[in-house]
Amino acid sequence: MYLGKVIGRVVSSAKNEALEGRKLLLVRRTGDGRTVVAVDAVGAGAGETVYVCRGREASFPFSPAPVPTDATIVAIVDNINDYR
Amino acid sequence: MIIARVVGNVVATQKDVTHEGQKILLIQPLDLNGDESGDTLLALDGVDAGPGDRVLVVQEGWSAASAVDRTMAPIDAAVVGVVDQVETA
Repeated sequence: MYLGKVIGRVVSSAKNEALEGRKLLLVRRTGDGRTVVAVDAVGAGAGETVYVCRGREASFPFSPAPVPTDATIVAIVDNINDYR
Repeated sequence: MIIARVVGNVVATQKDVTHEGQKILLIQPLDLNGDESGDTLLALDGVDAGPGDRVLVVQEGWSAASAVDRTMAPIDAAVVGVVDQVETA
C-alpha cells in the first residue's frame, strides 16, 4: 500500500458496468508525486490523506462485484508517525 | 521480497474491515548498503516488528494477506520477517 492525498475526482459516464456508482478519485502519491485514479472503498473526500492498495487485491473490497480496478483507497489516515 | 526498515506507522480509523486490528507499518526500502532507496510504503505487520527493525517485505497480494491471516483482502504488502543479518558473497 502507499500513502497519498485526494486531490480531485474523475467523472466518467460511459464506463464498465461494475464501476457504476463507484467514486473515482484522483490521488497524488506521497513521495514521487505521481497522480493515480483510485476507486474509493471507504468514503474518502478531497484533501484527505489516504492509503491505496494496488494490484488484483484492489478489487477485493467490492467482492463479489467484479470491479475492474488496480488501485483502491482502503483507508483514511488519521495520523502518520514517522520516527526518523 | 525486499529489505526495508520500519520507520513508523499509520493510524486510520476508517478503513477496510480486513485491516482492523492490524499494525500498519511505514517502511523505507533499503539498498544493499543499507541506504534508503525509493519512497516509503505501507505494509501490514505479520511478525510483530518494531520501529527501527530491518525487515523482509512481500509485495504480492496473496502472500501478504495470508501472512496476516486474511483472505480476499485488499492487502498488497506485509512484513514477513525481521532481518538479523545479510551476507553478500
